[in-house]
Amino acid sequence: MARISSVAELEELRKDILSKREPGKPWIAFCGGIGCLCLGNDRVISAFAEEIRKQSLEAKVGLRMTGCHGFCEKGPSVVIYPEEVCYLEVTPEDVPEIIAQTVVGKKVIDRLVYTDPKTGEKAAHLFEIPFYRNQTRFLIGNNPRINPRSIDDYLAAGGYSALAKALFEMSPEQVLAEIKKANLRGRGGGGFPAGLKWETARNAPGEEKYVIVNAHEGEPGAFMDRALFTGNPHCVLEGLIIGAYAIGAHQGFIYTRHDNPQLRENIDIALAQAKEYGLLGENILGSGFNFNVEVHLDIGIFVSGESSALMRSIEGKAPEPRPKYIRTSVSGIWEKPSNLNNVETWANVPMIINKGSAWYAGIGTERSKGTKLISLSGKVCNTGVVEVPLGTPLKEIVYGIGGGIPNGKKLKAVHFGGPMGGSLPESLIDTPLDFDALAKLGAPMGAGAMLVIDEDTCMVDLARHFLEFLAGESCGKCVPCREGIRQMLKILTRITKGKGKEGDLELLEELAGVTREAALCALGRSAPNPFLSTLKYFRDEYEAHIKEKRCPALSCKELSASGGAKKNE
Amino acid sequence: MSEIIIQIDGRDVAAREGMTILEAAQTAGITIPTLCHHEKLEPYGACRICTVEIENRGRTRLVAACLYPVEKDLVVRTRSEKVDRIRKVILELLLAHAPEATELQVLAKEYGADKDRFEKESSFCILCGLCVRYCAEVKKKHAVGFVDRGTGREISFIPEIASRECWNCKECFPLCPTEALQAAYVLTEALISSSPSFKLEAEE
Ligand SMILES: Cc1cc2nc3c(=O)[nH]c(=O)nc-3n(C[C@H](O)[C@H](O)[C@H](O)COP(=O)(O)O)c2cc1C
Ligand code: SF4
Repeated sequence: MARISSVAELEELRKDILSKREPGKPWIAFCGGIGCLCLGNDRVISAFAEEIRKQSLEAKVGLRMTGCHGFCEKGPSVVIYPEEVCYLEVTPEDVPEIIAQTVVGKKVIDRLVYTDPKTGEKAAHLFEIPFYRNQTRFLIGNNPRINPRSIDDYLAAGGYSALAKALFEMSPEQVLAEIKKANLRGRGGGGFPAGLKWETARNAPGEEKYVIVNAHEGEPGAFMDRALFTGNPHCVLEGLIIGAYAIGAHQGFIYTRHDNPQLRENIDIALAQAKEYGLLGENILGSGFNFNVEVHLDIGIFVSGESSALMRSIEGKAPEPRPKYIRTSVSGIWEKPSNLNNVETWANVPMIINKGSAWYAGIGTERSKGTKLISLSGKVCNTGVVEVPLGTPLKEIVYGIGGGIPNGKKLKAVHFGGPMGGSLPESLIDTPLDFDALAKLGAPMGAGAMLVIDEDTCMVDLARHFLEFLAGESCGKCVPCREGIRQMLKILTRITKGKGKEGDLELLEELAGVTREAALCALGRSAPNPFLSTLKYFRDEYEAHIKEKRCPALSCKELSASGGAKKNE
Repeated sequence: MSEIIIQIDGRDVAAREGMTILEAAQTAGITIPTLCHHEKLEPYGACRICTVEIENRGRTRLVAACLYPVEKDLVVRTRSEKVDRIRKVILELLLAHAPEATELQVLAKEYGADKDRFEKESSFCILCGLCVRYCAEVKKKHAVGFVDRGTGREISFIPEIASRECWNCKECFPLCPTEALQAAYVLTEALISSSPSFKLEAEE
């Protein structure tokens, strides 16, 4: 394929791709997400390929391995187009029947479709299943439709039209103004306005500037960045190129996981394909704009996702944070202005440019715009990747999409943001998914890991667990974080073992205060969050552990239900 | 370099652009305690004992004086209830490692820190990194470094470099604030465990 050197050529290519696709032709999309693959979707795929060969249907039926569909709970997930019939928990044994009945016979197999556990109602099509129906899937919605290793699939879905619009119809200042007007806020945890960061980097002195994708996704329980980036890499890449154009950067970096070969391969293939088509490299689409991207693998430690640590890591140094009294958007990698955004933040950009900031700002709440990807997990019926408009009440996510709590248990809390986040009690379940509302209540959204907690979970042990994680995942450089975590963890561990004593809570609060105020980076400064939020809303659980030696959730093994430490059990 | 007037503890202090709060305070004879700072080394910001309260553009913040660059109209308070409480807890956390260190004891007295507040830790090292950074930045030998992370962080000598460089240098030894001669101890350990003959004797 030759390089595309104008918008006209791009549109011609798109037409050409579309013309070769037969609209009525059946094709089957397999979820290639990690969840489905672990559940055996690779065997399902082989079975389909084999059956199709056996029946000589190769020319009549298309097969496509796609990114994560989202409904991880019920994998392996298979979607049959053009009807969009969705089969869940598919096994290789189901394959001949699916081909005969559905692909050829156009009949739905009842046994394989979603059944509502409460009403018994069936939903045969993807768009009818409550898990999908109650979402707004602007970002992740293309995942079941495109093969992430095919740039043609992305182009067929309208891909790179935003880039063409930005490069040929807008000045860099106009692109920047759109992002600012859309009030796009960073999805990696801080919720910082992307437009302001871009502007700082754009205005910072120096010719050489960088743009970076943060695809580290170290937050435990977070898997939405992986799902989006693995499933639709070009969407993130398109956003990055547009951002580079607005900022005046000619070099980009993708900082991604060393332990996810599938993601790495999809990124490499996307970069190579974009380069081949002239969407990356010199003179992109004939616009005169040059931009290249390099991939860097992360160090497998949580703190390496922090902006200054990440930039040091790209420089080849140990991922230790530095104080950001001077912003990384002014002085980052090799002291050059470096604009870092999260995977999901970049993925929002093409949509904003295509549909306009007014459309975008119409979605969400006053200060939180657009949709947000959520990794829904824990004690909830439907685990998976969820996308909802910001402002959606948490209740809707837990019940409307998540299907509620399994095994007849009661909802106790939801926890956002992993080890740097906080828990909200069931009584606050009507709170909207909003950066500021959640932060104000002590449970900042973080990157979007939402853990549902039922009555069997001990909140003291939850706080202990997150500190234990950080004890091994901070860099250990500064005293308040390293030593503060060490001591808080010791005290919390003691409490969960029935050895808590009078004054422990006050001591923990004092340590939390100092760690929060004096630590060098946001990891240390946020490390006390899980403890502080659980203390705020579940103080009685802490007191039961300390005063009565009792774990109300019956979860701490060394404590009995009625009180008193168990003796040598 | 232009001159900037800032206010430290109610006094006007003249500073040069690019200076840190700590440097500006030092020129004016105002003391801010430090543990990981050394004038020959790059500012590090790890011990946080130099935390001070600043006010600029109507906001009050806590920052590390050894790193924060001076700016116009900056107001600095080197002591306040918050600052003192932070320093006290930091000292208590470090005294769990090095209860005998004179430098820590002197500061403990000043800030009312209780050396027995936390259970004693097995390692004396407070990980100020003076030895590590001196070896890297001044001597450019990199014979000693940090290993592991989080609460598992330690200093460690690289035997191949240490056996060649260290005996004739040892300049990092006197830098140790714990006076437990961390570097000397860890160095010996590294050399013994890397030498087969020593190992045999040690095991016997
Ligand atoms: C300890 C720590 C870990 C972080 N890990 C990530 C991460 O894995 N992915 C991410 O996008 N941001 C992470 N962040 C946030 C980044 O520092 C940074 O704010 C973000 O990438 C900026 O992008 P955004 O403005 O688009 O959110 C982390 C922050 C801290 C303090
Ligand atoms: S706060 Fe924690 S992670 Fe951040 S620099 Fe300090 S020790 Fe490292």
